[in-house]
Amino acid sequence: MHLQVSQVSKSFGEGRDRKLVLETISFELFSGQFMALVGSSGSGKSTVMRLIAGLERPSEGTIHLDGVPVRRPGSDRGMVFQKYSLYPWLTAAQNVAFGLSLQGRGKAEIRERTAYFLDVVGLADAARLLPRELSGGMQQRVAIARALATEPKVLLLDEPFGALDLQIRESMQEFLHDLWKRTGLTALLITHDIEEALLLAGTVHIMAPRPGRIVHTVDVQLDRSDLRHLRVSQPFLELREELASRLRSLDGSLL
Amino acid sequence: MARSPALRRFLSHPWVLGVLGILTVFLVWWLVTASGMVDKLFLPGPGAVWLAGTDQFQRGILVADAVASIKRVFIGFAISAGLALPIGIAMGTNRTICHFLEPLMALIRYMPAPAFIPLLIIYFGLEELPKVMLIFIGTFFFNTLMIMDAVKFVPSELVETALTLGGRGLPILTRVVAPYIAPQVLDTYRINMASAWNLVIVAELVAANEGLGKRISLAQRFLRTDEIFVGLIVIGLIGLMIDLGFRFLMRRACSWAN
Repeated sequence: MHLQVSQVSKSFGEGRDRKLVLETISFELFSGQFMALVGSSGSGKSTVMRLIAGLERPSEGTIHLDGVPVRRPGSDRGMVFQKYSLYPWLTAAQNVAFGLSLQGRGKAEIRERTAYFLDVVGLADAARLLPRELSGGMQQRVAIARALATEPKVLLLDEPFGALDLQIRESMQEFLHDLWKRTGLTALLITHDIEEALLLAGTVHIMAPRPGRIVHTVDVQLDRSDLRHLRVSQPFLELREELASRLRSLDGSLL
Repeated sequence: MARSPALRRFLSHPWVLGVLGILTVFLVWWLVTASGMVDKLFLPGPGAVWLAGTDQFQRGILVADAVASIKRVFIGFAISAGLALPIGIAMGTNRTICHFLEPLMALIRYMPAPAFIPLLIIYFGLEELPKVMLIFIGTFFFNTLMIMDAVKFVPSELVETALTLGGRGLPILTRVVAPYIAPQVLDTYRINMASAWNLVIVAELVAANEGLGKRISLAQRFLRTDEIFVGLIVIGLIGLMIDLGFRFLMRRACSWAN
């Protein structure tokens, strides 16, 4: 798997209302990588995600997945939204099965894969519950299982834990890290939380707002054997503070 | 008053107070008429109304009238609901169609449907068609615009999720939009059904051979206030039953939305 984002710019609106939201973004993502885009609101990080998903088209530049230009949404790029994306009339299992049945797969295959991916996210017991009967964290795990069930080449996570309480967010971060280690998935995470990005991603791009652009890239070399320990370890805190001050200076330059 | 928990629990049941409210009105009605304060010609007692009702029922008029009115309402409303669904969805999903039709519909919506009666009689005579058409005109535009609104408020995440799962075109409509709006569509129908009942009575007051509205206007001619009351109560009961039917349907079909 090779995702290539090259020289991508995006503007919204026409004529005098035309507004540049992304300016010449470039990066590459390879199989098994976990990458994060970090930035404050207005940095266009969600737009990057929507462009890769094919929900928007770039104004300039190209996005290729395994050499094929991205033209529209497809199940090779699974996406998890911040919230409200489970179908409220379907049970957890039916939500996970949704993509598979859209693709017209056989009943036996759907049943088997749904059970498998519910198990992967640890929700085998919740198969028959409706989304409103699930906690916020469980809902996002169903959404992740649903995106994984169609076996995307890359998983796009748009602030997946942004709407969750702090404690649940921490356990979900551990869950996602564990999932990544177990399944070897390729992921692109959008977040405004530096700690989250550093915990999970091997490569972190820092984005600056107005217009959105990548201003700094860090290759994170940390011992991730125990995330709880890592959160409070000295090298982690130093790196976090360094990036936080960078982000602050970006926001400060706008005042 | 003894404030036992059992009594309080009994009173807190929503049905109990509702029935109590209706019974209060009946009681006041009965007291007023039994005391002889009001001329029976203007306000017959519950007993007289009951007798008039059973008399109509025994002669078969009551059922024939109710069936005639219900038939008109259902045919007119079925056409209205059936056309409003695809057009409302089209307007809610397609901006061009919406811009083309919305001002027109908003305009016609404000024309009072009963004002169309003279035209409908000139065009279609005095048979069933003008009455059915009146119900159609009176409910179609409301149905359509309310369904359009329901479609517009489908969260974009739900549609976009389906797109990123490999969905496209018609399946998105049938498997995402349709189930999401189903509760609101049923509620739209439930609310606009009330206008359909208003309109069928209006149409029958003007011209009809049978129907609950026709019976009321005949009763007026002979100063049979007891029969007017029979008509009013029967219309109310049928309307209530339809309303409850829609609520039941919604609870059964869209339990996720409760």
